[in-house]
Amino acid sequence: MTTLLEVSGLSTHYVAARGTRVTRAVEDVSFSLEAGRTLGIVGESGSGKTTLALTLMRLLPPGARIASGSVRFEGEDIFTKSNSEMRAIRGKRMAMILQDPMASLNPLFTVGDQIAETLRAHEQMPRRGAWTRARDLLAAVRIAVPERRVGEYPHEMSGGMRQRVVGAIAISCEPKLLIADEPTTSLDLTIQAQYLQLLREIQRERDLAMIFITHNLGIVAKMCDDVAVMYAGRLVEFGPVRRIFDAPAHPYTRALIESIPRLGDPTARLTAIDGQPPDPAALPPGCAFHPRCPLVVDRCRVEAPPEVRVAVAHHARCWLASERPT
Amino acid sequence: MSDSRVLPAVQAEVLPLPGRWSGLRTGHLPVLPIAILGILILTAIFANVLAPSDPEVGTLTDRFKPPAWVDGGSRAHLLGTDHVGRDVLSRLIFGARVSIVVGFLAVIVAGAIGTTLGILAGYLGGWVDQVIMRLTDTWLALPALTFAIFLAAILGPSVMNIVIILSAVYWTRYARVIRGEVLSLRERDFVRLAVVAGCSKWTIMRRHILPNVLNSGIVLATLMLGVVIVTEASLSFLGVGVPPPKPAWGLMLADGKKGLMAGYWWLTVLPGLCIVLMVLSANLLGDWLRVKLDPQLRQL
Repeated sequence: MTTLLEVSGLSTHYVAARGTRVTRAVEDVSFSLEAGRTLGIVGESGSGKTTLALTLMRLLPPGARIASGSVRFEGEDIFTKSNSEMRAIRGKRMAMILQDPMASLNPLFTVGDQIAETLRAHEQMPRRGAWTRARDLLAAVRIAVPERRVGEYPHEMSGGMRQRVVGAIAISCEPKLLIADEPTTSLDLTIQAQYLQLLREIQRERDLAMIFITHNLGIVAKMCDDVAVMYAGRLVEFGPVRRIFDAPAHPYTRALIESIPRLGDPTARLTAIDGQPPDPAALPPGCAFHPRCPLVVDRCRVEAPPEVRVAVAHHARCWLASERPT
Repeated sequence: MSDSRVLPAVQAEVLPLPGRWSGLRTGHLPVLPIAILGILILTAIFANVLAPSDPEVGTLTDRFKPPAWVDGGSRAHLLGTDHVGRDVLSRLIFGARVSIVVGFLAVIVAGAIGTTLGILAGYLGGWVDQVIMRLTDTWLALPALTFAIFLAAILGPSVMNIVIILSAVYWTRYARVIRGEVLSLRERDFVRLAVVAGCSKWTIMRRHILPNVLNSGIVLATLMLGVVIVTEASLSFLGVGVPPPKPAWGLMLADGKKGLMAGYWWLTVLPGLCIVLMVLSANLLGDWLRVKLDPQLRQL
């Protein structure tokens, strides 16, 4: 296993009103990802998940600044690349699946054309070769009758199929890393399950590393090897998926797991996390989670906790977390 | 990992490519507008063969002859003659040439300039947008006809100058509309996906933005065709358009106006009819194209 992606001390801020208002969307995030593994990034809306993904692709909107840290992808520093070098990486070595399959395809071109576009941009393939390969890619994402579907327009397909096409575009140039930003939120549940299964299979077949951004812990449990829990721009807990579910070290992670609806236990009431996620432009002092934390102690209110090693490859940012025997 | 299982035999067979315009071959053609426009274009091309007499030289003794089917009309001048005895039919035939050349060229040139600037402003944003849109605002603040007259006075009357003037006056309409369209397009996910897939700005503008604004461009162009032809007529009427002996529908309309009160209706009604037919056909054709170019409407 080789380290494919190494993120250390990464901070991304949104600067508004001539620098007088700074939103710390991503703050001091570090993790690493090995080839063929899946990392799930979970957190509430606004916790910085998407900003983190965009920072990895270096596709930040104007107003966003990478304040510190580094991202090493296949041993190369992403932030020192020129724009055109970055374009050669995007789509080719690092691909991304966006949220909405309905809007992700250009309505004016056949899906074959759109898959071929990426191939032709990165691999200088002739039109005919790219077209034939687009057909094969549709077969790879389990679309029936690909030789007919390849010539169809997006509107002739269902949402699930379009999302598969987006998947086909993503894997067209054999990337090493696939970032999926809530790829199934707009699909219905049965289609969701099929699509996740498909991603899993493709990953196994191609030794693909995946970053799976979601707020659905059920999906994380099914899909991921490691989990990173984000709260207010920070990684509050990072570890192998089994550890996180069996022995969560951070109270926020514990609360998230408790708020998953469980079938077959009608007596248990659904618990919700009290309060609102903090405004990332005006974070509370100390630990950002302290106003909502059930276990809050005085120290949490004044001093932000450092990253503590809980177990092998399991870290948390909490004053109450400490190394415990597994 | 075994790629061969997922991608079986890449070179096994080659799929036929669908033709670029395959979608246009099916469906109901708007027969009437195409026929009218086709006739007008053919008339313009073969004007020197079709016209029964010289459109620029008249016989003063044959002034104000009515069309052949009216009392006093003759076979020699099927659609009558004007105030200097020129054959109206011949003038209409040669006028088609002027109107079509001026109308189409001006609409296309204005469209090309306006669409390009609109896409650049909308997609690149920032100072490019500021410069282009402030220029457009300033341009739009000038009254179109006065501005056209001013340009005509500088450039002098000729058919090519009319094309330049009309394009220079009307590109702003395209720039405005197209920029607005691009602003919403560039936030669409398929554009973002293209960025994520590593396409350059220019590729995205060419492949994803341009084809998606083309529909609006075409619809706008058909509307502009009418405006342009009418402006050309106005310029001719004011004496700064197509230079007088040359036949242009607008010029004929202006000349015929003097005879309208005296009952010489054919001098205004006939060129007017030609303008209406051409603008109407262009509009109908544009509407059909709009539907045809939209894959979602194509199936209906």
